[in-house]
Amino acid sequence: MKSSRRRFLKFAGLSAVGVAGSTAVATRTRASEEHEPPVTEGKRLALVIDLRKFSKDDALLAKITAACHDAHNVPDFVDDPKNEVKWIWTEDFETAFHEQEFHYIREDLKGKATLLLCNHCDNPPCTRVCPTQATWKRASDGVVMMDWHRCIGCRYCVVACPYGSRSFNWKDPRKAPNLATINNTYPTRMRGVVEKCTFCDERLARGQQPACVEACDNGELVFGDLNDPGSEVRQLLSERLSIRRKPGLGTQPEVYYIVEDPRTLQETAPAAEVFEGEGGHA
Amino acid sequence: MYDTGKIVAGLAVFVVLATSPLWYNALSAASPEAPELQQPTNGSTECVEAKDYMRANHMDLLDTWRDTVVREDVRTYTSELSGKDFTMSLSDTCLDCHSKKEQFCDACHTYSAVDPYCWDCHVIPEEGQ
Repeated sequence: MKSSRRRFLKFAGLSAVGVAGSTAVATRTRASEEHEPPVTEGKRLALVIDLRKFSKDDALLAKITAACHDAHNVPDFVDDPKNEVKWIWTEDFETAFHEQEFHYIREDLKGKATLLLCNHCDNPPCTRVCPTQATWKRASDGVVMMDWHRCIGCRYCVVACPYGSRSFNWKDPRKAPNLATINNTYPTRMRGVVEKCTFCDERLARGQQPACVEACDNGELVFGDLNDPGSEVRQLLSERLSIRRKPGLGTQPEVYYIVEDPRTLQETAPAAEVFEGEGGHA
Repeated sequence: MYDTGKIVAGLAVFVVLATSPLWYNALSAASPEAPELQQPTNGSTECVEAKDYMRANHMDLLDTWRDTVVREDVRTYTSELSGKDFTMSLSDTCLDCHSKKEQFCDACHTYSAVDPYCWDCHVIPEEGQ
């Protein structure tokens, strides 16, 4: 057959459609693979915060924060928000979950102080942007770790974290008034380093619970392995309504908030005994 | 050669000046003694590895410890010398025996003019609570 411009253009057009189509299909497949929940090799540690068990402005919150910050020599430059460093802190419920746009919110949740900390996401954006691999997701249990030896203080991770869980040491942390006496079982950081909660990896290594969990007496915070079907955290999540912060971002946070009515605590009195822990609840 | 005297004198001055640090060190009696290191204060007689190895390679060992603990979550070190297990910790294990940093770490580091930044973050137990 005689080749003509018309035939050439037809052929070129068909080829272009074919190439574009196959690329689109390939991209689709890859995207759907990424949406599979990432599997860690071993455990998947998670924290469940039972908001039912906290009163509106609880002294326990200060105790929990102090337990964490004292254990890790977190500097406190009093009344100096620019230099604030925090591993665990509180925010109003509506602020913590602002994307929910609560209208006519349940009375007990209105303005309720809510504990916030690093969510140890399954899909952490902070680790992806770190140019030195100073922060990474631990394959053995899903903890988002920090290597303060390696952090160069670029603060990409601070920007990447959608939860504000990372703080930068603008000042020498040892100059903070509260670090006049240092807890000598844990290092401090130096100026120019980012820090955050590590789920108390040093305590986990000794088989202990994180400091915040240990500061609670009545199972307000429950910590455990989501990959273990029999764990307390799995039990709580399967029985109770829980929410996570900013789920739409796809980061898969691993800190869960139980938001049911506190009156449901009475309903489940027998089950509650199980996660009351060894605290000896009467 | 013109100006032989001036050239030779100039060369002599140059050589003396260029080698003056060597002369200075050789002639000055003030060359410091090798530092005396503090002996373990808790009666321990063996380190995690042999003394000579530690003297030459403690910085590499500590680097390895640091990475193993932080990045691999392995916290126990088995000595190649004695086969004993040690917790990999600068503040706890090393300073448990070498309890005075100024008389152990600093003694050598000052002598050899190196300035490691371990203590910017790590805590010297006695300086803590």
